[in-house]
Amino acid sequence: MPKTTPFHPRTSALCTSYAWKEWAGYIAISNYDRHSEREYFAVRGAAGLLDVTPLFKYEITGPDAGRFLAKLWTRDISKISVGTVVYAVMTDENGEALDDGTVSRIGKNWYRMSSSEPWLHWLHRHSRGYDVQIEDSTDRIGALAIQGPKARAILNPLIDGFDLNKMRFFKKRRLKFAGGIEVQVSRTGYTGDLGYEVWCDAKDALKVWDAIVEEGQPHGLEPMGLDALDVCRIEAGFVLQGVDYLSARHCLSDFQLSSPYEIGLGWTVELEREEPFLGHKRLIAESANPEWDIVGLELDWAELERLHEAENVPPHLSPTACRIAVPLFDASGERQIGQVTSTVWSPLLKKYLAIAQVMKPWTSIGTECRVEYTVDFYRADLGCKVVKKPFFDPPRKKSTPGRAKKGAAVAKKEEAA
Amino acid sequence: MATHYDAIIIGGGHNGLCAAAYLAKWGRKVLVLEQRHLVGGAAVSEELYPGFTYTVCSYVVSLLRPWIIRDLELAKHGLDIVPLEASFTPHLDGPGLCRWPDGGMTRQEIQRFSKSDADKYPDFGKAMGQLARFAKEIIDNPAPNPASFRPKDLWQMMGLGQHFRGLGDDLGALQFKLSTMSGTDFLDEWFESDQLKAPMSCSGIIGTMLGVSSPSTAYVMLHHYMGEIDGSSRAWGFAKGGNGSVSNAIASAAKAYGAEIRVNAGVEKIQISGGVATGVVLKGSGDVLTAKQVISSLEPKLTFFGLVGENNLPDSDFIRRLKQYKLRGSSGKVNLSLDRFPEFACRPGMGPHVHGDVAIAPSVAYLEKAYDDAKYGDFSERPFINAIFPSLLDPNMAPPGKHVMSCFVQYAPYHIKEGPEHWPERREAFGDAVIDTLSEYMPTLKDDILHRQVLTPWDLEQDFGLTEGNIFHGELALEQLLFQRPVSGWARYRTPISNLWLGGSGAHPGGGVMASPGAMCAMAMRDEGAI
Repeated sequence: MPKTTPFHPRTSALCTSYAWKEWAGYIAISNYDRHSEREYFAVRGAAGLLDVTPLFKYEITGPDAGRFLAKLWTRDISKISVGTVVYAVMTDENGEALDDGTVSRIGKNWYRMSSSEPWLHWLHRHSRGYDVQIEDSTDRIGALAIQGPKARAILNPLIDGFDLNKMRFFKKRRLKFAGGIEVQVSRTGYTGDLGYEVWCDAKDALKVWDAIVEEGQPHGLEPMGLDALDVCRIEAGFVLQGVDYLSARHCLSDFQLSSPYEIGLGWTVELEREEPFLGHKRLIAESANPEWDIVGLELDWAELERLHEAENVPPHLSPTACRIAVPLFDASGERQIGQVTSTVWSPLLKKYLAIAQVMKPWTSIGTECRVEYTVDFYRADLGCKVVKKPFFDPPRKKSTPGRAKKGAAVAKKEEAA
Repeated sequence: MATHYDAIIIGGGHNGLCAAAYLAKWGRKVLVLEQRHLVGGAAVSEELYPGFTYTVCSYVVSLLRPWIIRDLELAKHGLDIVPLEASFTPHLDGPGLCRWPDGGMTRQEIQRFSKSDADKYPDFGKAMGQLARFAKEIIDNPAPNPASFRPKDLWQMMGLGQHFRGLGDDLGALQFKLSTMSGTDFLDEWFESDQLKAPMSCSGIIGTMLGVSSPSTAYVMLHHYMGEIDGSSRAWGFAKGGNGSVSNAIASAAKAYGAEIRVNAGVEKIQISGGVATGVVLKGSGDVLTAKQVISSLEPKLTFFGLVGENNLPDSDFIRRLKQYKLRGSSGKVNLSLDRFPEFACRPGMGPHVHGDVAIAPSVAYLEKAYDDAKYGDFSERPFINAIFPSLLDPNMAPPGKHVMSCFVQYAPYHIKEGPEHWPERREAFGDAVIDTLSEYMPTLKDDILHRQVLTPWDLEQDFGLTEGNIFHGELALEQLLFQRPVSGWARYRTPISNLWLGGSGAHPGGGVMASPGAMCAMAMRDEGAI
């Protein structure tokens, strides 16, 4: 029997669809309603509230905590300041990707990492010689993501003594919440929108939930499940371990392994370090010439309509994202150049989008290729094109109105881009 | 200072802006002239009461073409269409009827009135969906020209013929019935329950001066089904920020491509020299602006009789036909600011049933009676009302906890017996009839109203340039669609005046917030080498 999260009494009461799924040993909601549309549009238009407690969480404390984490992650964690979150990849000794996730520095000697896989054993194994304590805090900490353009307006009145308008993208703070509850709030999320994650002690979980829901309802806040999240994360161009790439710990063949460079996360690798990290040497070599990359694809809708027309059926795609991998071919359709791993119809962009792992040189923007596609059980192929990720990237994601000058500069820069 | 443009577009509604956006995207120098202080035309949002934004005229989006959203990257320019969650018909007795996107839930609802209807409802949806695919082919392409022997036109007619044959005998017969029958006769062949047929028949009368029992209203119902699905999501939706945000997104795209947009710039007349349009004369200043091409996105009669002038029109046949073009506005609009949500007595709460459209259409007889009033020059004492609560779909439309309500009201005939110019004297009485009607279903409504805006067909004409208050720039009747819109022989965006093009809802494929007349006008100009 899967575990329940500390928010379960509230989330289960609202889940009229009974659509649950398993997430890392917990039961989690796919969608509250019969479909996930309302939840999706809440994220893009107002705000969605998602229970992300099942994320694996580890508290790393002690004088060597930063150095220790730097050894495991592609970002040099020893250099980050208190109040900062970084997104990075964890690699093994060969530089192969194990997981992607975030590491935050909450206090001088207090860090938290979150991941999609359990790594307690891995952490212990590599901690020899470091003065650190490691705690699996997954069950102890309740985590909520509040995502969407109204997220700040909803959360801000609940925070004592700090203005969220001043919190920049990928920052985190210890704050007092709704009458004295200790929380940490980070400007992070998995939707590519304006959003925050609230981390609290499990015993305070229901109070935090209730306060956010009460404040959020007049703003159009909706509780949101994993189906809507999956649509958003693809629009945001985020990769998902286990779907778009496989953790080296699960790989059965060399082909299945990927370095951070091969999954579009080369930008997280900081090679210039005082102390080496796991797989450092291998990644220095790899950085020069990775063979693969993960790219965004836009599928040709007009051609898709024609394919359906030929079979005399109208196109009607699933409202949820598709995680069934299909082969990707070059423009001639002759040569397989990779695999499409996540596909989704974007209700906002009216585009059929995909994330694919592709061989070089077919990874550059504008490259035409073809993806396997079935209509009425018949195999066909469909034109597609490599496009820039994120597919959807609103300026509000990163803008900081409370820091007028910098916020405006970021927004301006994004507009120009 | 004289500036010469590749194209001047008269009217900054969503179609005019869309034509401008495409032309500018292709590198042309274009200017949009809008007579009001803001763009949008009848797709406009305005804060008329502090903190409350109305989607003033048009209020939902169903047929805004997805290819236009993609081509112009409208999502990046702020367009966000939230799907409507249900179609709710409140009743004075019982919990009313709610039709959901979910088949099983809808079945439960209809079963309360008729088990047989509940079974047939999905079959009806399937048949209409199949026909809508045929219709979609029509709206996404320029109108076919049945009189032309040009290979391209023949090819297109053949393509359509093939498509029609592809429907098979049963659907072909259904299409024929749909093109000729009244909405209620057509529905009678399928359903027995009055409570179901009433709201279903409404989509056949919207914007027309016809009753649900008038012949040919069945066809317009098809347009309703056309907007059902795009990709994976239901296409009937509410644009966040109201329909003004559709216009604003297109305007933003047009500007990003380099188009110039001027507001407070009404056009007095189109300059014609030797049967060729050469530019426009601005109202007030009398300034002359010249362009290689002029596009009017205004209603056709207003364009030709107002801006071109009858004596400039070479073709008397064209004049005669255009005079026969039916406008006959039949609807008004009431927008309300509400202190709190006015619950429905028959189904309280703010649940998903009110996150869609609400139709005051309790019975077929009710709708027919509403039309009877209009036939003899009155507004309906108990009208058909199609309402939405924009604030439930986009909380930004009203302060937290407060609401706005948008009510499309039919019938409000332009030609009231006192004469259309007397509408202002009857405006408030019309508004009262709407509130009285709604109050029967929403008992607290009168106490909840903070502000109301009542738009009669006269107002729609005077303020928004909708001649005779017709929301579609001409009735969407079969005889005024396709190769007959606005008149036979001139359905390809060209006009009898050289270098003058028609790119508004009076052109194919017609009214509604589709933006395709504007887009396809621009494409026709490009394909014919005019720009």
